[in-house]
Amino acid sequence: MGPALSPIDACLLLLTGWIVVGVAGMVRPGNVGYVARFLFPLGALIGVGLAIVAGWSLALPAEQVTLLIGLPDLPFHLRLDPLSRTFLALLGGASAGVSIFAGGYFRKGHGTAPGVLGLEYHLFLASMGFVLLADDAYAFMVAWETMALSSYFLVTSQHGLPEIRSAGFLYLLIAHVGAISILLSFGVMQGGTWQFTFDAMRAADLSPGWAAAAFGLALFGFGAKAGLLPMHVWLPEAHPAAPSPVSALMSGVMLKTAVYGVLRVTFDLLGDPAWWWGLVPVAFGLATALFGVVFAAAQTDMKRLLAYSSIENIGVLFTGIGLAMVFHGVGMQALATLALVAVLYHALNHAFMKSLLFLGTGAVLHATGERNLGRLGGLIHRMPWVAWLTLVGVLAISGLPPLNGFVSEWLLLQAFLFSHEVPHPFVNMLLPLGTAIVALAAALAAYVMVKFFGVVFLGQPREPGLVQAQDAGGLEKLGLVWLALGCVLLGLFPTQVIDALGATTAQLVGSVPPRGTSSWWMVAPLSGREVSYSPLVLLAIIVVVLATTSVVVRRVYRRAVRRAPAWDCGFANGSARMQDTAEGFGQPIRHIFQAFFTMERELPSPFDRAPRYRVVVGDKIWRLVYEPLGGRVQKLADSLAWLQQGRISAYLTYSFITLVTLLAVVL
Amino acid sequence: MSGLAWLTQWFEVLAAVALAPLFLGWVNQCRAWLQNRKAPSLLLPYRSIRKLFHKDAVLAEGASPLFRAAPYVVFGAMVAVASIIPSMGTGLPFTSVADAIALVGLLATARVFMALAAMDIGTAFGTLGARREMMVGFLAEPALLMVIFVASLLSATTALPLIAERLATQAPALNPSLAFTAVAFTMVLLAENARIPVDNPATHLELTMIHEAMLLEYSARHLALMEWAAALKLFNYAGIGFALFVPWGVSTGEPEPAALLLSIPVLIGKLAVAGVWLALIETLSAKLRVMRAPEFLSTAFMFAVLGLLVHLLLGA
Repeated sequence: MGPALSPIDACLLLLTGWIVVGVAGMVRPGNVGYVARFLFPLGALIGVGLAIVAGWSLALPAEQVTLLIGLPDLPFHLRLDPLSRTFLALLGGASAGVSIFAGGYFRKGHGTAPGVLGLEYHLFLASMGFVLLADDAYAFMVAWETMALSSYFLVTSQHGLPEIRSAGFLYLLIAHVGAISILLSFGVMQGGTWQFTFDAMRAADLSPGWAAAAFGLALFGFGAKAGLLPMHVWLPEAHPAAPSPVSALMSGVMLKTAVYGVLRVTFDLLGDPAWWWGLVPVAFGLATALFGVVFAAAQTDMKRLLAYSSIENIGVLFTGIGLAMVFHGVGMQALATLALVAVLYHALNHAFMKSLLFLGTGAVLHATGERNLGRLGGLIHRMPWVAWLTLVGVLAISGLPPLNGFVSEWLLLQAFLFSHEVPHPFVNMLLPLGTAIVALAAALAAYVMVKFFGVVFLGQPREPGLVQAQDAGGLEKLGLVWLALGCVLLGLFPTQVIDALGATTAQLVGSVPPRGTSSWWMVAPLSGREVSYSPLVLLAIIVVVLATTSVVVRRVYRRAVRRAPAWDCGFANGSARMQDTAEGFGQPIRHIFQAFFTMERELPSPFDRAPRYRVVVGDKIWRLVYEPLGGRVQKLADSLAWLQQGRISAYLTYSFITLVTLLAVVL
Repeated sequence: MSGLAWLTQWFEVLAAVALAPLFLGWVNQCRAWLQNRKAPSLLLPYRSIRKLFHKDAVLAEGASPLFRAAPYVVFGAMVAVASIIPSMGTGLPFTSVADAIALVGLLATARVFMALAAMDIGTAFGTLGARREMMVGFLAEPALLMVIFVASLLSATTALPLIAERLATQAPALNPSLAFTAVAFTMVLLAENARIPVDNPATHLELTMIHEAMLLEYSARHLALMEWAAALKLFNYAGIGFALFVPWGVSTGEPEPAALLLSIPVLIGKLAVAGVWLALIETLSAKLRVMRAPEFLSTAFMFAVLGLLVHLLLGA
């Protein structure tokens, strides 16, 4: 291997490739055939390339380059290390499936012209890549803001609709509140050296108080991007508003950049986090996980349902990060490694499965024009490809073996299980109780996903128009297959994935998961403790039993199958409207977790001529946090409004006063 | 891994599959006696399964391939669960394939497929059954996990056979945490296997059904597999209970012929007692309204969490 092209150069080249692809779309922005059928698949190829480069170079030492662009004296520092490679592989792998799908998805008459969408889309991808590569605060913030802005424009691509404009505004607002907090965190971390490179921050010696402040600011800032409670409000508005491939990228990949940010700041830049800091993300993570999944169960819009499910998964990820911090802080390296592996693994899993599910809803949306669960149903007959591939995602995200969602959940539960060994009283009792919440959230996730899949794809079509639905096209199928395959492979080969993540854990907490105890088909992530799991053997048992039973049943009994109308306990006049609606399926959850919701119900009386049932489920946090906060801000703004006199003389006076004050300060 | 271990492993799985309907028959028989009814034959579950296999299957018009595949998947998952449970010996080949968390995951896989199949036809009763089953499931599953966690904290492993081995070979002690979790586990067992007080396996009243409502559209071989899987599930739960709370009598360590042979009558004895115990609970309690079921299961969850707390406080 000559020094022809180092991995970081290759990554830079590929990210530039995305920008070029985006700009190339502007040559003929209105041409769907050119932009969608040619440029998007090209972008997908770049994604595959990025995943290969990042995955192949995972264990290599870190490399740094300095780009001579940026402000004078402030060039862009970039760095490729195992942590950024892991997330670049995630970005490349998941976005490849999404881009291929997007090639088939974007059609004429979708608000913004396809070329412009393509530009925003590829800039969004490239900026996420630069976020992962940045090695100084300045480059990081530029990339971070580009990411926020390009995704804002993507969210508002159908800006004709007022609710989409307001969703976009909310997103932009919270993204910037978060960005300010991140900026402040960097400001604290430079520690008086006024050097904003990450190297300087690593070397800076912060007092414990300032370090805690930097961590708190970073957690708030990245938490706002990730949708951590109580900054989650933008997520269920913005993710559904975007076109489905963009929702897939935002939920699947963009949220992970926030996870990356927290990991980078905590374990790399701050160095040695105090153990008790970890309790904060654990507490917020658990609350977010439970809250997200309970709300997902109550949703009636399929994309909102998935958005809330993303909130749940972010909660799980932050719980894992907190757990890793606690273990790391008290010197339990093996468990810190395990928790961190669980986090990275889950981030990877979620990127694939959530993208898959969002793309599935995109295909449904295209075929039917409906996002409301109450108007769907029975699509497995009309859209078998989409239905079966979505089923893979549904089973994966429900945390069922032998797919991928189960592996990361299993790792996290194992880490939790040993949290009683933390040598601090009370904490070693409270932490294991978190297991109960993780288990509850995981079980509820299965509930949510049965609701999602059952209502959309199974049963009878709830509207007559649904029988004309068409299955997805070739490129769309390819994208779905890619992501579903990712879910299956990540589920079946955990040993290989965990081994590959070893370089990252070595970088962050200084130890790797044990290799000696695992074999290629069985994972045993803790040495010295009998903890193991083999998805391949499990799958083999099920397949063997399945094959044997079906062969035996067919050979021995040879009975025929005939079709007849559904029996339904002899109830002859059953119609499609008698199936459970999304509201009906969520009813037990609304009943059990009443305290979580604000609910507005309209029940018909028995004598109504045209009975109408309506239930609106709202988020209490809006009323408790955001409405008072918004009111205060409004009041403050109103009280400052008298400054705005509308007379030129007043403004000149202001300038004069400012000038005099400044002069006084300087002199 | 010795040949004997493999042989025992296969025998254990086949025995579970074969004995499961017998255990169900035994519970039904005990129940009939306790309720002053004339008991049905012990072999009745076998006869009904055989009868169902001999019939032509009727599929509803709206049934998708998922509906036809589900019975096989559910049955396969239950057999996989049976292969992990140490009903005869603990040093068997599949011990390290899946631990107790994976076992709970497999049970969840079966439940999800059953619920999806129930929604597939799109009848009112099917979706109602699916919804209620998932409601019971999402509360029962974490409770079961907490029960398992307490046992694995006592034995420092999550592999069910090893938990059984440690608990069986430890000096006999009364663990207060296990007492709490035993109550929780019994409640979960009743709920998950569609027994009174959460569901009634003998019900013919559509509006109160949970498990039966999901099977309404199944017939012939599909129904037979579903019924068999349900029997196997009950058997598996009994096996999990034995492993966690009365692990004595199974062959521990490297399998030896004498210990393995001894474990068979011990297992049958445990099953006999468990059947009477189940029938007794079912006879003494009344079925709850469906909306009371979450309270019942939350109680189970609380008991399991209490067990965990007790363990953390007392270290036992």
